[in-house]
Amino acid sequence: MRGGRTLRMVVTTAMALLLVVILWEGYKWMGGQTDDHWPGTSIGLPTTTDDLTMPHATDIVGELFEEVRDGRARLPLYLFLLKKGWYTFQEAAIGFTFGLAIGMGLAILMLRWRVVERGLLPWINVSQTVPLIALAPIIVTWGRLHDLQDIFSISLIATYLTFFPVAVSALRGLQSPDAAHLELMRSYAAPWRTTLLKLRLPAARAYLFPALKLAATLSVVGAIVGEISIGTKTGLGRAILEYAQRYAVSPERLYAAVLGAAVLGLSVFGLVSLAERLVMKRAGGTQRADGVVA
Amino acid sequence: MVVSGVDKVFNVGSADEVTALSGVDLTIGAGEFVSLIGPSGCGKSTLLRLIGDLLTPSVGEVTVFGKRAHAARLDQDYGMVFQHAGLFDWRRVAANIELPLELRGWSRADRATRSAEMLELVRLSEFGGHYPRQLSGGMQQRVSIARALSFQPKLLLMDEPFGALDEMTREHMQLELLRIWRETGTTVVFVTHSVSESTFLSSRVVVLSARPGRIHSIVDVDLGDRTDDTREDPAFFAKATEVREALRGGEVVR
Repeated sequence: MRGGRTLRMVVTTAMALLLVVILWEGYKWMGGQTDDHWPGTSIGLPTTTDDLTMPHATDIVGELFEEVRDGRARLPLYLFLLKKGWYTFQEAAIGFTFGLAIGMGLAILMLRWRVVERGLLPWINVSQTVPLIALAPIIVTWGRLHDLQDIFSISLIATYLTFFPVAVSALRGLQSPDAAHLELMRSYAAPWRTTLLKLRLPAARAYLFPALKLAATLSVVGAIVGEISIGTKTGLGRAILEYAQRYAVSPERLYAAVLGAAVLGLSVFGLVSLAERLVMKRAGGTQRADGVVA
Repeated sequence: MVVSGVDKVFNVGSADEVTALSGVDLTIGAGEFVSLIGPSGCGKSTLLRLIGDLLTPSVGEVTVFGKRAHAARLDQDYGMVFQHAGLFDWRRVAANIELPLELRGWSRADRATRSAEMLELVRLSEFGGHYPRQLSGGMQQRVSIARALSFQPKLLLMDEPFGALDEMTREHMQLELLRIWRETGTTVVFVTHSVSESTFLSSRVVVLSARPGRIHSIVDVDLGDRTDDTREDPAFFAKATEVREALRGGEVVR
């Protein structure tokens, strides 16, 4: 049963990947036949299909095995991206952890004091309208003034993106128990902290995890944008920046790097999903003990 | 347990001010089974919550076991059962029953022993390891009763606990509740809107009238030990009629 599900997931994923490749190559082929027009019309395609704009999928994959320089060493691109990706992952992970802590903290504060909720929530919303590109140099400059390593400055940028979905969804989740549950805890004369630990936090989990998946992906975006905007010497963002400047020479390389970023995003998404499964395993089944299907 | 001269007014001073209860006096002896019945909006749930200190009276005083209701709540003297079982989805049945014990700092072993006893009492011994969702509505409600009884409260407050159940389950649960009540000797205050349920269960039925909620009358019900046969006993019908008429009288007074 379990193994069957895993197998099905692998097959589905492979099929989806194959479909993307077929669509990519099909579109490219069609463009080549019609000189970048929709067949039988004079309406132009949204993008040109030459090898510069859309390199062949095989070329992109092939590029992954080309040797590149990393300092003095030479190694295949996929290993290089893996190394850089690991660095970016660390930044994202630190950012995610701080974002989780800050978001949870804010949610609990807002839960505890209505005044805080009313005063803080608008600012939390406003915070997300500040463009990251404007924010990044501020954080980095501030970080360097305080002798902060760049990796932490970048993590802070990731934190800035991740705390928001955490705070908003955690607050909703903490407020989700219904009146009967709260009255029950009150009837036990349970102090506020006990109600938080035994009722509100467990109830919030179901609301929190979808937000955590979003936050995990955002933390990768934050880390990459952070790297690009402060000009670090390493990381996936740095690689993307470099390859973007050399796009005209080897477009496959940039596509390969973007592929690496996508894989990283999917990995953190997967990690959170895994954590969700472990934590929510306790949520119970749907089959009722008396055999009646609810 | 004494309720004396209690008024309860919601939203005092605003346009939607509501007097839920007015001039309520009620004394309930230890070990009694008392039902509160009345039309919707008569404040029977409010009265129950005043007794349990989930609400505080606007005027008057509620005394439970010789102390103020607030002190009784802090001493955790009472258990509550609501219309919906209100179990925690993420806890297994046994862990749900152990929740109040956990809050009182019982050891793991003591909790396990007690929850096993309670499961036996509500006849769900095999289901301690299940999750609430896996149980039927009636079974969940039995778990919620077991949870309320687990710490042997001196007072059990029940707010339409069987309201969401079908007729057959409800009748079964009524007998179970009476059996548990006899075995534990706890005091029960039971809110319902069913005439037959209140007559069948209680030693006294308190009939409330609406707007503002007042005690219209109190009907003593002496039918001895109830069994399924009681439901067809002429004496039961006579009492039910008395309660019904008191209820109608309450509505006319308005």
